[in-house]
Amino acid sequence: MAMVIENVTKMVGNKCHINDISLQLEPGTFNILLGRTLSGKTTLMRLMAGLDRPTKGKILMDGQDLTRVSIRKRDVAMVYQQFINYPSMTIYENIASPLRRAKISATKIDHKVREVAEMLHIEALLDRLPVELSGGQQQRTAIARALVKDAELLLLDEPLVNLDYKLREELRVEMSEIFKRRKSIVVYATTEPLEALALGGNTAVLHEGDLEQFGSTIEVYQHPQTTRIAQAFSDPAMNFVNGKIDTDNLYLGDAPPIPLRGHLSKLNPGNYQFGMRANHLQLERKSAAEVEFQTTIDLAEISGSETYLYVIYDNVTWVVQQQGIHKHEMGEQAHVYVDPAKIYVFDLNGHLVSTPDINSSEPEQGVQ
Amino acid sequence: MARIDLHKLAHSYLPKPTNESDFALQEMDLTWEDGHAYALLGPSGCGKTTLLNIISGLVTPSQGEVLFDGRDVTAQLPQERNIAQVFQFPVIYDTMTVYNNLAFPLRNRKLPETEIRERVNEVAEMLELDDVLNKRAANLSADAKQKISLGRGLVRSDVAAILFDEPLTVIDPHLKVQLRRKLKQIHARFKLTMIYVTHDQLEALTFADQVVVMEAGKILQIGSPQDLFENPQHTFVGHFIGSPGMNFLPCQIQNGIASIDEQQIHIGSGNENLNGNFELGIRPEFLILQNKKGSGTHEVAIKVVEDLGNCKIATVQFGNHPLKVKVPEGQDVPAGIGFLEFPPQWIRLYSNDTLIKTRSPQPETGA
Repeated sequence: MAMVIENVTKMVGNKCHINDISLQLEPGTFNILLGRTLSGKTTLMRLMAGLDRPTKGKILMDGQDLTRVSIRKRDVAMVYQQFINYPSMTIYENIASPLRRAKISATKIDHKVREVAEMLHIEALLDRLPVELSGGQQQRTAIARALVKDAELLLLDEPLVNLDYKLREELRVEMSEIFKRRKSIVVYATTEPLEALALGGNTAVLHEGDLEQFGSTIEVYQHPQTTRIAQAFSDPAMNFVNGKIDTDNLYLGDAPPIPLRGHLSKLNPGNYQFGMRANHLQLERKSAAEVEFQTTIDLAEISGSETYLYVIYDNVTWVVQQQGIHKHEMGEQAHVYVDPAKIYVFDLNGHLVSTPDINSSEPEQGVQ
Repeated sequence: MARIDLHKLAHSYLPKPTNESDFALQEMDLTWEDGHAYALLGPSGCGKTTLLNIISGLVTPSQGEVLFDGRDVTAQLPQERNIAQVFQFPVIYDTMTVYNNLAFPLRNRKLPETEIRERVNEVAEMLELDDVLNKRAANLSADAKQKISLGRGLVRSDVAAILFDEPLTVIDPHLKVQLRRKLKQIHARFKLTMIYVTHDQLEALTFADQVVVMEAGKILQIGSPQDLFENPQHTFVGHFIGSPGMNFLPCQIQNGIASIDEQQIHIGSGNENLNGNFELGIRPEFLILQNKKGSGTHEVAIKVVEDLGNCKIATVQFGNHPLKVKVPEGQDVPAGIGFLEFPPQWIRLYSNDTLIKTRSPQPETGA
């Protein structure tokens, strides 16, 4: 049963938290709400859950207006940031509690509880109390309780945010597996682009109460319709440089011009904003077709296996993503290169004009 | 500023600890060099905060000594140790102005007002708090408040060390990068001994020259970020650093060849004399997944592929063992069956979870 959100607006006082959003979510789909804090993710979830009423617009579940159904009769489960379990009940009883309320037979309950507990790898902990479990295990319990009743609508509001990154990594992989096999509409809020990509499904990008783009997650990542979406949906954020195209050449910032090729040669001459992903900026030249920039190193951030080098070009900070761990000194000069075949083109209002075809990169461009 | 030595240090929260598991910290000797930036990294419950609190004096160790520049401070109270500590949550006086908050530790030490002004202004400028110096702390955002906390830690130039306990917890995700940059700049400018506790690898590896990785009350490795990535000394470090972590395969080694489920992997030169049972470790970044069979490739079943946009993570089945492979953007992952290569220079061998040091010259950096 599809959920249809029709021109929904939510005002709180005279502040607009959700601005005229329309969206259709199909059963059996995994849908991510991606946006920064205060972008409207939680507000939209509360509207979907029926905890709040929209100021304008309608939310229909299988054609029926949700706002008229009492919350007790709605088939919704929700998992919050902060894991919530009943402290005096065992893990088993915590998971079983939604089924007990639904008056289901004890054998059936037992079967279901053990099934979801196994899925979430907490089957050995069923006799314990929440306080005896780690944070990750407690959140698994909360997720198990939400899964056990097969609700039509399952809402997860940044469920992994309070966990260590190793646990997040594990649970992300497991969750996308678990949700593949379900008929529910799953809605998952996150601030992290990498989490959205790891989970897959569809993504709705929210910004200050507006729905900016909705589509399959990888599609939104590969074809962000505006510079704002491109920035929101990449970690590290996409880097931008102003430039122009004339009949023959590409001019990026102050860099020496480069002959037009590939997707860029199809564009009308004019001024554009060019977007470069952090992993497409590199510190070594790989071909003659690459554009070279002179930058100053600001900071090297190091994840477990990659280096995010912050460099300053023309008073703007860019991020260069390097594989492996490398040491850099703040204040040093660095040459940064980009292959024009990999750059995004936006007009001066920030709307997408042309997308690079990353996956069919022409072999060894420019090397003759 | 001071060099800090921990000598035969151990701690148990129990009055009469009997066995190893009673100890929150296992016995250790450790030196923190003067003026360096360290991170203490480990999962929750590993003992890192206990260790930090022992250095600051909030916790008295059950055994061993804490030395500042060779002087035994184990029995001293925190306020006698000349340490600044920044906690997870802002510790500030809400009713005071930002200026007075920053000046407070200096006024306590009865510094002349001119000197206080100079120092407060310097720290405020560094933390970009100069615009709000006359505002009351109460009205500021969470991250501004935490900056005041940091500033209170930094304002004294005479501290032996500054200790940070997960200081960015309350900071909004997209503001964290600015504060990480600030902390690096502060260390570069003031050359203070800094110890930074976190469970976040990005924060630890970005901040520190040397990272101390802990688990279950033990120090497993002290090394540069590059060392932790390329040469994890312990399987836990391999697993904990990197996303996804290092792959491990139990194997049998004879004459420079590792046998795993009837497959044979060349482990490279320098290991000819190694015989017996080991664990072979290799990072997902270094495994190469190909479409076609080649010399030295191994057939694997492709189980799951996650497209992370700028790379793909493939889970492949190698005999009885699942392995993670990081596949660069633009490269297709073969469907069903693939061929996996184990570059010998990136293979690490472990016995009892500890790295075997038989490797000949180290390879160049980079993936």
